[in-house]
Amino acid sequence: MALNYHLQIVNLLAALLLLISFAMLSQRRVAGLVTLFAWQGAALALSTAIVAWSTGQHHLYYSAALTLGLKVIAMPWYFYRLIRKLNVNRVVEPMINIPTTMLIGIVLVIFAFNLALPISQMSGTVMRSTLGIALACVLLALLMMITRTKAIPQVIGFLAMENGLFFAATSATYGMPLVVELGVALDVLVGVFVLGIFIFQIRETFDSLDLKHMEKLKEK
Amino acid sequence: MSVLADLDAHILDLAWAGVLYWLALGFSALLLQRWRGALVHLVFPLSALGGLFIAAVGVAGLVLPASAMVLPIGLPDLPFHLRLDALSAFFLVLLGSAAFGITVYAAGYFHSMKAGPLALVGLWYHLFLAGMATVMLADDAYAFMVAWEVMALSSYFLVTTDHDVPEIRRAGFLYLLVAHVGAVSLLLTFGVLQGGHGAYTFDYMRHSEITPFWASAAYLLALFGFGAKAGLVPLHVWLPEAHPAAPSPVSALMSGVMLKTAVYGLLRVTFDLLDLRIGWWGTLTLALGLVTALYGVIFAAVQSDMKRLLAWSSIENIGILIAAFGLTLIFYTEGKGALAALSLTAMLYHAINHAFFKSLLFIGTGSVLHATGERRMGRLGGLIRFMPWTAWLTLIGALAIAGLPPLNGFVSEWLLLQAFLLTPGLTQPYLNMVIPVAAASVALAAALAAYVMVKYFGVIFLGRPRDPALEHAREANWPERLGMLWLAAGCVALGLFPAQVIAWIAPVVRQLTGQALANDGNWLLLAPLAAERASYAPLIFLAVVLVVLLFTFIWVRRVYHGRVRHADPWDCGYPEQNARTQDSAEGFGQPIRHIFVSFMRVERETPDPFDRHPHYRGDSRDKLWLLLYKPIADLVGWLSAQAGRLQHGRIQWYLTYSFVTLIVLLVFVSR
Repeated sequence: MALNYHLQIVNLLAALLLLISFAMLSQRRVAGLVTLFAWQGAALALSTAIVAWSTGQHHLYYSAALTLGLKVIAMPWYFYRLIRKLNVNRVVEPMINIPTTMLIGIVLVIFAFNLALPISQMSGTVMRSTLGIALACVLLALLMMITRTKAIPQVIGFLAMENGLFFAATSATYGMPLVVELGVALDVLVGVFVLGIFIFQIRETFDSLDLKHMEKLKEK
Repeated sequence: MSVLADLDAHILDLAWAGVLYWLALGFSALLLQRWRGALVHLVFPLSALGGLFIAAVGVAGLVLPASAMVLPIGLPDLPFHLRLDALSAFFLVLLGSAAFGITVYAAGYFHSMKAGPLALVGLWYHLFLAGMATVMLADDAYAFMVAWEVMALSSYFLVTTDHDVPEIRRAGFLYLLVAHVGAVSLLLTFGVLQGGHGAYTFDYMRHSEITPFWASAAYLLALFGFGAKAGLVPLHVWLPEAHPAAPSPVSALMSGVMLKTAVYGLLRVTFDLLDLRIGWWGTLTLALGLVTALYGVIFAAVQSDMKRLLAWSSIENIGILIAAFGLTLIFYTEGKGALAALSLTAMLYHAINHAFFKSLLFIGTGSVLHATGERRMGRLGGLIRFMPWTAWLTLIGALAIAGLPPLNGFVSEWLLLQAFLLTPGLTQPYLNMVIPVAAASVALAAALAAYVMVKYFGVIFLGRPRDPALEHAREANWPERLGMLWLAAGCVALGLFPAQVIAWIAPVVRQLTGQALANDGNWLLLAPLAAERASYAPLIFLAVVLVVLLFTFIWVRRVYHGRVRHADPWDCGYPEQNARTQDSAEGFGQPIRHIFVSFMRVERETPDPFDRHPHYRGDSRDKLWLLLYKPIADLVGWLSAQAGRLQHGRIQWYLTYSFVTLIVLLVFVSR
């Protein structure tokens, strides 16, 4: 019956992930967003480790370690530094006000669960019920990217989306092959660095990190 | 005997070696760009030899059985298949022999070009030649399309050789656009032909069976795609723009040879790859061909730019070829094998004739252009005195294209008219009624073509120079003369020995229609089907012409008055006249413009009677451009503007697009 406890814990962590996604949607401060992102990564790493332990899929340990190293330690640290350097930790109002965003988010979660139902019935893994949550995380992260106009929250939204995808992969098929995961992790790392450089460039060009200014680039 | 057997096995290797030779020359031109002398005196003459070699391979290929090979190039699991059968061999002869003359000429024509652009021209020129040869050798859709695109792109770069002129860039763009619309259509043709099995070798397509509906779809797509390359109305708009823009040897290659690759493709798809042919295809094609022929020749008659005139004349000749092709299809589907063979022979004969005389005219025009720097016929005139070689050789081409015996244009047009006239009652009554009308249209087109050539030759070479500077026009240099001489000799030979040429085309006709043209005459006498109905002996005709000429000469010189009187040409008894009182290019075309004004959009600026510096400008333009192309271009522009409104420049909107797409797709998947 050991499996049952693990399942309970994984489900708890999944719920936590979803909760953090909502929290990110409602978070107005950039630094707070980074903290939430780090917590989300931690929950993800923990759940992956537990799945690895309970099912004996050893490669998942590496995935969990990778997640911990990259998304809980390296990237949040990088972001904190970036925020300090650029001095952008202010309250930013999203484009759509937060209650409306939350309502849209709830609709998305219902949609995701509905969508995941037939798929999770086909899947034979222990965590199939969490697939809906994973999908919901992806959609919520995308929603966050849409509603924020500043550069750093957009990057974090992008990374949160990747978290959701990662979680979907673990819950549906016990994770992707290690090679793929390593590749994805590397991609994300490079992506963050590139976006970091972009952020500096955007700031230099427009004197602001507000992406609204990029409208000026449009060809008339 | 062993040599022949050996040739049999290696003929395709030889053909491919010829293609590689051209490719190698092209890239060596790029490497030799610092040595102008080597480019002019080495690369182009060597490449001309390649043309002769390809023609020789083609001549051998006509009598040898078909051979095929697989080349280990291309994509993985998708190698190039090559095949040389009689049809390919015939078009290789056409390519090689015309390319020989044109390339020899090019060695002279590009003589004064700067080294950098010349190296690029050398590269594209040889890629163009190699591409055309590969089109004719390709035996799978993939190799065919690759070669087709190499041909289209290299010729695009050749057309835009003088790319600093905005007009030429515009012409090049139009050419590229039509070429690619056509290529897409060809891609779809092959997609239909493979019948959903994913096998793209021609060998497979030959044996696959498709329903009549899909066969018709494939045929129509092929007609559209090859028609775009050939210049079939209404896809002809690029021709009068691209030909004047290109350097003359390139115009000659494009008009003389490249247009024939479209004819080749049409024959290949219709008579080789499709396993069934339907009667109405022929009727449609015949109608399109006739419309093209008349449309082309009418516009040729009103042009005042000499290269544009030749381009329109190419459209007319393509129309005649396509009409002959349609007639072949009609006869073939009606089960009249002998008549199908006759009209196919006429078509192939005309194809090779056109390759010779149109190339000759284009390069002759190039020499005039080089000597005078003038393309407008209104500024030329009287050049026969300053450029006798060019003038006399061009005259042979002009007489040939006008369809005068004993030159080659007459033979093919005569054969085609025979095919029309010898129709012994087709099964469909309306076809029976249409065929005489069609024959009359071909005759009209041929007659108008003669009119066009009188205008072309008369205005440029005869009369008085319309510009004093023309008196310093320099005669073409030796390579140019040699190139023209070769093509003119081809026109004469093809005209004088039709029985031999037809026997030589026979394997192609037999391959496509299952029957060859029976020549009822002997080596001297050409008599398709039956000697008592119609026959033609060019050598006897020539002998009669020469004897009459001789007698007239002797009579006038020795018996009549024997004096040589010098007077201004076309003086008609008027004492006061100058070069400006001659008939101009516009004036010559004026009757045609009056009769067919409804096809054209005429723009005229007539001078005020009190104007001290009167200026006249007349321009007859293609109405189809306004009626067909402009609306399409406007529609595309409008749609693009609408689509452009999606672009806000705000990253949130772009993300929303992805988001909505994702949601829609997810809903779609979960259904």
